[in-house]
Amino acid sequence: MKKATFSIRRGGRETAEMVDYQTEISEGMVVLDAVHQIQAESAPDLACRWNCKAGKCGSCSAEINGMPKLMCMTRLDTIPLDQPVTIEPIRAFPPIKDLIADVSWNYEVKKRIKKFKPRAPDAEDGTWRMSQEDVDRVQEFRKCIECFLCQDVCHVLRDHNKHEEFIGPRFLVYAAALEMHPLDTEDRTGDLKDMHGIGYCNITKCCTKVCPEHITITDNAIIPLKERVVDEYYDPLKRLVRLFRKK
Amino acid sequence: MTDYPTFEHDVIVIGAGGAGLRAAIEASGAGVSVGLICKSLLGKAHTVMAEGGMAAAMGHNDDRDNWKVHFSDTMRGGQYVNNWRMAELHAKEAPDRVRELESWGAVFDRTKDGRINQRNFGGHRYPRLAHVGDRTGLELIRTLQDHGIHQGIEVYMEVTVLSLLKDGDRVIGCLAYEREHGRFRIYKAKAVILATGGIGRAYKITSNSWEGTGDGHALAYDAGAELIDMEFIQFHPTGMVWPPSVRGILVTEGVRGEGGILRNSEGKRFMFDDIPDNYKDQTSDTEEEGWRYVTGDKNARRPPELLTRDHVARCIMREVKAGRGSPHGGVYLDIAWIKEKIKDAPEHIKKKLPSMYHQFKQLANLDITTTPMEVGPTTHYVMGGIRVNADTQESTVPGLFAAGECAAGINGANRLGGNSLSDLIVFGKRAGEHAAIFAKENGHGTLDNAAIEQAAKAALEPFERDGGENPYTIQHDLQEMMQANVGIVRQHDEMVEALNGLDALKSRAARTFVPGNIDFNPGWHTALDLHNLLVVSEAIARAAIERKESRGGHFREDFPGKDPEFAKFNYSLKKSEGGGMEISKIPIPEMPDYLKEVIEEMG
Amino acid sequence: MAANLVQITRRGFGETMRKDGWWIPSVLTFLGFSAFIVYSTWAAFQGQHYSFGPYISPMYSPLIWEAAGQPLTDHAWLGGWPSWIPKILMMTPAMLILWAPGGFRFTCYYYRGAYYKAFWADPPGCAVGEPRHKYRGEKKLPLILQNAHRYFLYLALVFLVILAYDAIHAMFFLGPDGKKHFGIGVGTIVLTLNVILLGSYTLGCHSLRHLVAGRFDELSKRAARYKIYQFVSRLNTRHMLFAWCSLFWVGFSDFYVRMCSMGIWTDFRLF
Repeated sequence: MKKATFSIRRGGRETAEMVDYQTEISEGMVVLDAVHQIQAESAPDLACRWNCKAGKCGSCSAEINGMPKLMCMTRLDTIPLDQPVTIEPIRAFPPIKDLIADVSWNYEVKKRIKKFKPRAPDAEDGTWRMSQEDVDRVQEFRKCIECFLCQDVCHVLRDHNKHEEFIGPRFLVYAAALEMHPLDTEDRTGDLKDMHGIGYCNITKCCTKVCPEHITITDNAIIPLKERVVDEYYDPLKRLVRLFRKK
Repeated sequence: MTDYPTFEHDVIVIGAGGAGLRAAIEASGAGVSVGLICKSLLGKAHTVMAEGGMAAAMGHNDDRDNWKVHFSDTMRGGQYVNNWRMAELHAKEAPDRVRELESWGAVFDRTKDGRINQRNFGGHRYPRLAHVGDRTGLELIRTLQDHGIHQGIEVYMEVTVLSLLKDGDRVIGCLAYEREHGRFRIYKAKAVILATGGIGRAYKITSNSWEGTGDGHALAYDAGAELIDMEFIQFHPTGMVWPPSVRGILVTEGVRGEGGILRNSEGKRFMFDDIPDNYKDQTSDTEEEGWRYVTGDKNARRPPELLTRDHVARCIMREVKAGRGSPHGGVYLDIAWIKEKIKDAPEHIKKKLPSMYHQFKQLANLDITTTPMEVGPTTHYVMGGIRVNADTQESTVPGLFAAGECAAGINGANRLGGNSLSDLIVFGKRAGEHAAIFAKENGHGTLDNAAIEQAAKAALEPFERDGGENPYTIQHDLQEMMQANVGIVRQHDEMVEALNGLDALKSRAARTFVPGNIDFNPGWHTALDLHNLLVVSEAIARAAIERKESRGGHFREDFPGKDPEFAKFNYSLKKSEGGGMEISKIPIPEMPDYLKEVIEEMG
Repeated sequence: MAANLVQITRRGFGETMRKDGWWIPSVLTFLGFSAFIVYSTWAAFQGQHYSFGPYISPMYSPLIWEAAGQPLTDHAWLGGWPSWIPKILMMTPAMLILWAPGGFRFTCYYYRGAYYKAFWADPPGCAVGEPRHKYRGEKKLPLILQNAHRYFLYLALVFLVILAYDAIHAMFFLGPDGKKHFGIGVGTIVLTLNVILLGSYTLGCHSLRHLVAGRFDELSKRAARYKIYQFVSRLNTRHMLFAWCSLFWVGFSDFYVRMCSMGIWTDFRLF
């Protein structure tokens, strides 16, 4: 059996070091399997989050060889094993222990986004009619598993620490799903511009690159929202038109 | 005196999957303060793994569907040992619960005329499953989560409950620890709802995540509640079998709903070989008719691949045992073949089954649009659980409610695919509603500090020993044993052996040792979960030994036939005065005439 | 919002645990854009060799006035170079117009992301440390002006029409009889391809996608718009590809016309 070395961040909130572990590799193994094997063999207290092990829950986010990835979906035969594979927790949030970061900020942010507000039911059976064409866009965004890899890779959070002024790609996708929902009547463009800080996004598309659900975050969610903000606030012609319409 | 941080709520919900969230929403909507405890982060519960859809007789795709058909399908699937009242409520209320989700922002796939689209599924006579591609569970949990966070529900993430606290007969809260720092906490509540899901981790091959350790089952059992139907475990026929590290991961029934077929190594569609008598008139005789069914022909009967899960799982086992299996001990599930029938089949498959496509592409390096998958049975769901009142979801212990997978009754001996998600929202709502009523009628109880101290002390023992058993090894041995001895095909001697094995494991579990400190220590968490796994494993084994027949998810090699005598009662397990597990029969009450008529009418 | 205070440690410039060649795309982008900027600036300063027979370089079209000292051709809209423009400015016809397509590309959502990375190192690569601590993004001046992209789009659409006219114009060659005859030269193909690539780029614009229908939540109720939206969306998925292809080809088109005009290359007539 082949062995490989994994260099894993061990430590708490303040200090940590990279510790090397060796474990056996078998066919089809993913990084999470290796972490589990290490837990069972040599480090029972090695902390990591995981649930479904099939890329559906978004718990096992980490940085593997420096790239934000889901441990359960990263097959060992897709990464070089001739040198130690580094595994670190996601860096855009404070570390708690080993591979676990404190992602509670994300749950707070979500509460600040205005909730879904449907129009009154307008079909005779007391529900609504929506066509598949209209929900296609929204369904893409609702594939999100909240792994927060996009939040992690986004330099506005990761390098510039704008957590207080910027909600990050995940919640721009969330806002997009609400804004483009055929039934929703709430207006979030003002919030997006000010409180949610959409202007901080400079479209480097790293979020799209790391999304395990392959959501085209930048092109389909963030840029269309930016355009909606332009409509409302940065387009003098539109403003003029609105002014006349009001009169 | 204990000085653990104490949190007070009117209602505490343990578990934040579909049922727990729905219950929390309902209770807080009723104006009581609600605390929601989850073992993981919010929104990661096992519900996200549900793929196919939620069954609700809305009749959008076939207007012949209504609650009566749904009710009789559920009863037939459960082999008539279901709690008929639950099956009735479920069939009647599911459509409203689904529509309610839409008003909270859920975005289901649409029919041509813009209504919620419904798909075919095993055991359901008409297309009935409201769905979102193959990620319906995610849609359900996200919708409830996003709706719930604006309701003032207090969410406690990464907190595990150790035991329920009682005042006399009544449950008045729970003792828990938060994973981050490993500190104990006390939650006081006037009513407690268990919504902790399943027990899959008792088996080696399972579709369940690490959370499926039967916590709610064990908590309720320890608090004196009854568990029923524990012998009925659903082995989902199609789990991945290769590569080894993904063995057990679910392959949605939706693959078969979209036209996927099962073949053995000889290329034969073996499901045509064995069609149970009570499904003969609903099942197609020819491949051609089966295809017409999955493409929406209302006059066609469903293909045998869409028979109930227990049956399909056993047929697969039979093929594998007879040496007609695939190289890694499964059979072939082929969706790629539909390219013979429709053009742009690969695009169609990717659109309808996107996460299956990615799952196989990424984990097995296999393209399901061109190559058949290898699949085999995997432990998926426990029909058994906490015995509850059908209308209120209250257990046999006052103040303790249960909903979702950890509650029992609706599914009988076998659950139909798609009934679990609707079960969550129908009975989650009821549990929340009635727990709130209970909380309004009752005050807080008095804590028993000695019991708390004792439980807390016991929980810390793994740190205090100088060496001992590795909890991961014990868990692994338990899983191996349950898989081998109380698995899909059961036999008296093997199960007795399992009971003895469980005794041995129990004493080993009392000697676990965990290095490190209590800060987020998965070794410690695993050690603490062992108790729950041992309780449910014992319950399964004891009930399975007693049921000397084969029915639904329970198949006995030594009693391969169905025995009408056993259709008259459910097995119940309860902690005896002496602390041992005692089993008894609970007669199934007679069905009222109007339901009997429905069963008659639907054939 | 004190509860949301998140303190994280940041990495220094270029610091990363990535072991792959994360810097390669940024370096290639840097070289590609730089090469184009250098060439187009040089070409814009030439003020000659920008047309050849029926062909006109896309960098000089629309040709408002013929460049100073150049013989009058039928490409010029208003005749010869006006004498009131001070010579000291060294203006050429290209300079009068290049700001428009330049602005379109500068404010383009694809280019923005690409040059922020390649030229500003903000960030130098995904999950790679940055050189600066201060960050204003596109939320404040000056980059808030990027929001004017749609106005550049309007201009780019006009340019697209003009360049399409140029491509058609490039199909009619002056015969010895003094009349224009239909024909296809290599230059015709070069200029036609130029319009196609520019069209694929311009019509895949994010702003256009928004304006045609993206801004509506119920697309299906507007059947015609929805069709256009789908078309624009399809092009939009390859926006980066067309951005590069059209950029290169604009440069090459100018180069081709220039080489022919200078007599270095011979323009072959296919018929």
